[in-house]
Amino acid sequence: MAKLNVKGLIRNATSFNLKFGFNEMAYDTTQDYINHHLTNAAMCSTENGIAFNKACADAGFWQWNVDTLAWSIGLGLLFIFIFRRVAKKATTGVPGKTQAFVEMVFEFVDDNVKSSFHGKSKLIAPLALTIFVWVLLMNLMDLVPVDLLPWIAGLIGQHAFGMDPADVYMKVVPTTSLNVTFALSIGVFVLIIFYSLKTKGVVGFTKELTLQPLPHWSMIPFNFVIELVTLLARPLSLSLRLFGNLYASELIFILIATIGFFQLPVHFVWAAFHLLILPLQAFIFMMLTIVYLSMATEEH
Amino acid sequence: MNFNATLIGQLIAFVFFVWFCMNYVWPQLMSAIEERQKKIADGLAASDRAEKDLELAQQKATDQLKEAKAQAAEIIEQAKKRANKLVDEETQRGQSEREKIIAQGHAEIEAERNRAKEELRKQVAALAVTGAEQILKREIDANAQSDIVEKLVAEL
Repeated sequence: MAKLNVKGLIRNATSFNLKFGFNEMAYDTTQDYINHHLTNAAMCSTENGIAFNKACADAGFWQWNVDTLAWSIGLGLLFIFIFRRVAKKATTGVPGKTQAFVEMVFEFVDDNVKSSFHGKSKLIAPLALTIFVWVLLMNLMDLVPVDLLPWIAGLIGQHAFGMDPADVYMKVVPTTSLNVTFALSIGVFVLIIFYSLKTKGVVGFTKELTLQPLPHWSMIPFNFVIELVTLLARPLSLSLRLFGNLYASELIFILIATIGFFQLPVHFVWAAFHLLILPLQAFIFMMLTIVYLSMATEEH
Repeated sequence: MNFNATLIGQLIAFVFFVWFCMNYVWPQLMSAIEERQKKIADGLAASDRAEKDLELAQQKATDQLKEAKAQAAEIIEQAKKRANKLVDEETQRGQSEREKIIAQGHAEIEAERNRAKEELRKQVAALAVTGAEQILKREIDANAQSDIVEKLVAEL
């Protein structure tokens, strides 16, 4: 099968418009290949019961991207599993290797929270840790070769469920989905509002939204528009930054996979570059969350 | 690419993970780390204390050693003095003993001499008497007399 793969890729390199040869899975054009990689596995309930993928074309909002959900929740559970196991067994003496690693991540997050967030909160630090590790794990899925997991999923779909492998979709990097990044940033946004109201009160928060930057009653509408944009720009930029970076890098990984045999060195370089990008994006998301929440809790 | 129900699922998952982390991961790790920090701080303090103790003990040992040395020197000094004194005393005693013995010897010699003198005197007297008797027995002859006298003298 691997042979077939390489052959297909080499063939593809010679003529870009030739059929892609991924076992039984075949793509008519490069466009098809890319589209296939960028389509989520969907699930929805229709009048005829639960339906999948193309049958969900007009399901509208009530469509579940099961691949995104499965990978992100699976990775979240992995995070929880590892950290919970270490936390339960944590010795105060000499730590084991896993514990030392977990504590390193823990202290890294804790240091960042302590340096940026000066209030007292039991939520911020665990929130930052969860965001950092979860987003990092989801980002790291980007380094898995782009065809590996979709190919396995195709085989499973074909042999276990008798599906057409071209009809099996598997998008493995959850953070390339707006649903994931917006879920994170909406969560953060709710917390921003909550902490703002908690520390400043309804009146204080309203004042902040309406009497800045020009403290005059006639300027209230102007101020409100500006402040509202500022407020809304935070979750928006937070999620779009992560989504944009990851979507772009995933797309490039897919494009690299279409150039045939020479994808190997190019892929290596791009992947090595992402050893920097992926943790950086997770770190930025965490850091901005901390900063936004610390701004929300600070009195002016 | 559209927003759909996945967003809701993700939100629920996010809230759950944060909640779980906040209640079952963070506090335990925090307490473990803080406890270890305390242990390390205690250990460091203990080592500081031990170091200070060691320094003190060393100081004490040095002092005691110095004192012991001083004492030893003093004792040796005393012993030397005592020995000297003893030697002096003994020498003096020996001297006086010697003098006494010598004096006794002298006295004994004197007594012996006196006795011998007395004896001699007695013998001389007796001899003189005997001589006189012999002279008287013979006729008075100057030559004969003179050899008697010589004989007497030789007998002295």
